[in-house]
Amino acid sequence: MALFQIAEPGESAAPHEHKLAIGIDLGTTNSLVATVRSGLPIVLSDEQGRPLLPSVVRYLKDGACETGYAAQAHQASDPKNTVVSVKRFMGRGIKDIAHVEAMPYDFVDAPGMLKIKTCAGVKSPVEVSADILRTLRERAESALGGELVGAVITVPAYFDDAQRQATKDAAKLAGLNVLRLLNEPTAAAIAYGLDNAAEGIYAVYDLGGGTFDISILKLTKGVFEVLSTGGDSALGGDDFDHRIFCWMLEQARPQPLSPQDARLLMTKAREAKEFLSTRNEAPIDARLASGESIDLTLPVETFASITQTLISKTLQSVKKALRDAGLKAEDIKGVVMVGGATRMPQVQRAVGEFFKQEPLTNLDPDKVVALGAATQANLLVGNHTGDDDWLLLDVIPLSLGLETMGGLVEKVIPRNSTIPVARAQEFTTFKDGQTAMAIHVVQGERELVDDCRSLARFELRGIPPMVAGAARIRVTFQVDADGLLAASAREQTTGVEAAISVKPSYGLSDDEVAGMLKDSMTHAKDDAVRRALKEAQVEAQRMIEATRAALESDSHLLAADEIVKIEAAIEKLQLTMLGDNRRHINLAMDDLGFVTQTFAQRRMDQNIKRALAGRTVEELQQEAGE
Amino acid sequence: MAVTLSERAAKHVANYLQKRGKGFGLRLGVRTSGCSGMAYKLEFVDDVQSEDVIFESHGIKVVVDPKSVPYLDGTELDYAREGLNEGFKFNNPNVKDQCGCGESFTV
Repeated sequence: MALFQIAEPGESAAPHEHKLAIGIDLGTTNSLVATVRSGLPIVLSDEQGRPLLPSVVRYLKDGACETGYAAQAHQASDPKNTVVSVKRFMGRGIKDIAHVEAMPYDFVDAPGMLKIKTCAGVKSPVEVSADILRTLRERAESALGGELVGAVITVPAYFDDAQRQATKDAAKLAGLNVLRLLNEPTAAAIAYGLDNAAEGIYAVYDLGGGTFDISILKLTKGVFEVLSTGGDSALGGDDFDHRIFCWMLEQARPQPLSPQDARLLMTKAREAKEFLSTRNEAPIDARLASGESIDLTLPVETFASITQTLISKTLQSVKKALRDAGLKAEDIKGVVMVGGATRMPQVQRAVGEFFKQEPLTNLDPDKVVALGAATQANLLVGNHTGDDDWLLLDVIPLSLGLETMGGLVEKVIPRNSTIPVARAQEFTTFKDGQTAMAIHVVQGERELVDDCRSLARFELRGIPPMVAGAARIRVTFQVDADGLLAASAREQTTGVEAAISVKPSYGLSDDEVAGMLKDSMTHAKDDAVRRALKEAQVEAQRMIEATRAALESDSHLLAADEIVKIEAAIEKLQLTMLGDNRRHINLAMDDLGFVTQTFAQRRMDQNIKRALAGRTVEELQQEAGE
Repeated sequence: MAVTLSERAAKHVANYLQKRGKGFGLRLGVRTSGCSGMAYKLEFVDDVQSEDVIFESHGIKVVVDPKSVPYLDGTELDYAREGLNEGFKFNNPNVKDQCGCGESFTV
């Protein structure tokens, strides 16, 4: 029997046409999935009732993987194959990553994005994220009882084009239809905006596991406008753990750490941090592989002082975002706290002092983003939730421009422009008779190309020969609602257009994504083969046992040399079934079947004789008639 | 003649109505569609029509349009959990046959 949800008046779905949509908060430390049920956004928990899915994936030797708590349990014992905080690696090369030396992974610096060598093969961050998303998708499908129409996935406002593209690729790989990528603070504002519906200018302070975002939002009559964003895509709760980790090393001065020890101490550091959210001091004790033990007590004041610089770093970003929006701290009506790290009392205190008001914490800071994403997803698939037909305006986080002579950047779309947006600018040729022009798209705030991130290069050919400066080339940049860029160039006098393919250099090309999809299908084949092997092995075992039982009871039907033959065939099958060649197992089964054929016949004859012994034809006829 | 809510269902409806911030009650109905002929309607109510039949069950107003009443008479709406999934369940004595998933039915 189907289970129903309450719809808005006149919006009941036709049978089998439920539009199931989910919102996913793909976090550095934890991920969540939420949906709107009977008009109410809720986070979907797993079978054990746990809402969070630790963003941890552990790869196993047989190519399988486990995610979430199961993977997290092996963080300390199997650090090389257990990937945590993979979000930090999305769309990133090795040189972009802070604290590489403290990480236990075997990195492979692939062109574009780094990869991680695990016992199940080399994995890109996109594949690891896809494994997390797949777990959430399966959870949502079993919770909602059907196939999903689509998902809204949140990303930090600071994510650049490459990181957004990588996130979209991961979702595609996990079999999710991405309705939209949504900035995390905007999602938080949706969650709060709908519930509280208070007009004014708000700041969203989001300190997650691995990223910090500050957004200045304006809420008017149910319309959200993002005035400015800022932050740091490599600063979060993990860094607070790292500070405790360093403090522990300074205090205890242990021998050089093995990867296992490093992971164990990082775990202890995180536990201490969480402990200090509600208490005044945290005991830390750990036993290292060398037999050394660490026994420390971390007072909350010490924790506050060793993390002071991290908090001031966030406040610097806050000041910059306010400046971008042309506002002062006094203009902010409320401060929304998002992310588990905002539970730290020193963070709440510092933010409160900066804005001279108590920050809002009435929604669970871990769930806010997912709830907002679910609300947005529900709206995007056309499930109206009452009369909140609000419009959502988002901004691009970094300026987009192109390279001009001398390695300089000409900005085409300035940062904090609301999206979707299209801007065009005219350029001209530099030399007499120049027939082609290379266009190099870059992202960033700096003036020199070398200091910005290169997104794409393409060429416009077929410009008619003219004197320098006569050609008029119009370059158009278009940013869609997901914050992804498309660029085109057109020579105005002749109408020649560039056949362009803009791919962020850190993202994955369609070919690569197709390759990964193909890989997953190849795996499907491997899985099928593995399954057939297992089946053959089970069948062989069954056959051996049946033959043994027959020998036990009826060996008097066989001559001595026949018994030897059968036993030899059993032995051979037993050996073959330990291997992984299904064909050999089947052949050995055939052999055993062949040598036991006459045995089987004799047993059959014997049983028939026994059944018939001492009975009359009438009795048998009667039995057959029944 | 009555359409009722189980106590559990009523509690959930009350909660949803409160969170929604408005609404007169809950509308139950049927309409012709779906693979087995009829499909249920389950909606919040903002506007009550003059011909609507209104029942009250555990403090919740249950609104049914007159054409649906014969198909729903005696129905109890329950709230159930099946694995990770949860939602409202129609226990309708008029149903003779339903499609595999129970989303549409015949009387």
